[in-house]
Amino acid sequence: MGIINNINKAFDHRIRLGIMSILMVNEYADFKMLKDLLEVTDGNLASHTKALEKVEYIKVEKQFIGRKPNTRYYTTKLGELEFKKHINALEKLINKQ
Amino acid sequence: MKSIYFAFQSTLKMDSKDYLKDISEIKNLMNKSSRFISLSGLSGVLAGIYALVGAAIAFVLVKNSTRGYLILDGYIFKLCLLILALVAIFSIVTGIILTTKKAKKQGAKIWDTSSKRLVINFLIPLLTGGLYILILLFQGKYGQTAALMLIFYGLALVNASKFSIGDIKYLGIIDIILGLIAASFPGYGFWLWVIGFGIMHIIYGTWMHFKYDK
Repeated sequence: MGIINNINKAFDHRIRLGIMSILMVNEYADFKMLKDLLEVTDGNLASHTKALEKVEYIKVEKQFIGRKPNTRYYTTKLGELEFKKHINALEKLINKQ
Repeated sequence: MKSIYFAFQSTLKMDSKDYLKDISEIKNLMNKSSRFISLSGLSGVLAGIYALVGAAIAFVLVKNSTRGYLILDGYIFKLCLLILALVAIFSIVTGIILTTKKAKKQGAKIWDTSSKRLVINFLIPLLTGGLYILILLFQGKYGQTAALMLIFYGLALVNASKFSIGDIKYLGIIDIILGLIAASFPGYGFWLWVIGFGIMHIIYGTWMHFKYDK
């Protein structure tokens, strides 16, 4: 039962998993960088970042670079922990087969 | 809870391929987002050849000059600086062209966060070294030029390796060691420069070409 518990519903989507993967190895990523890497539309990406923000796995910082608004995404400690748990669970599931 | 568990398990077999795909996609995104890996090995080989050609021309120029050695205010010294600049420019242009080509082939963007980060981290030690060498030249001290070029280029490579193919770190370390040897034996600076910038680039570029480009 333990392994199943660690499969995290919040990561149960390709794009949300992708956002977390990118943020895990980068200090931060802005909206455009995520969009380019994941090849998704603005609306699609926004809804997934919001979902991750709501469970407090990522935090968002809005600022201006010159006059352009710029949104940066960071992982939270909680998000990092949950992501690691999720990866471990995935690996265990694969190894079980 | 139990029924959910069984339902989950029955779909498990079907999904295991998806999980594998998930893991490989995670790895792929982690690499793609943090490292710029489209560096072309071939451009390293060509940079090495330019360096060897430049060194050969400089060598002939100095040997055939009236003195047979280099002095700081002579026109041959200025020619040597020009050759150095040309070698650097040709190497950079070749590197940009071949790397752009490779990035296009791999479907990667040439100017994105990862390549910007790579260039910045490469240039900080390199420009520091370049300016330092120029300051020394203006003060009339040029005995350590080859050593300093090797050391700072090596440091730039080690620094850049965190944001690109990790292997370039070892070329950096080799160049730093060659630079330190050149600093201890100033008379051999030229030959160590030829090894570090010419021969090592060719060996390393060939190795990278077969490891990553093929």
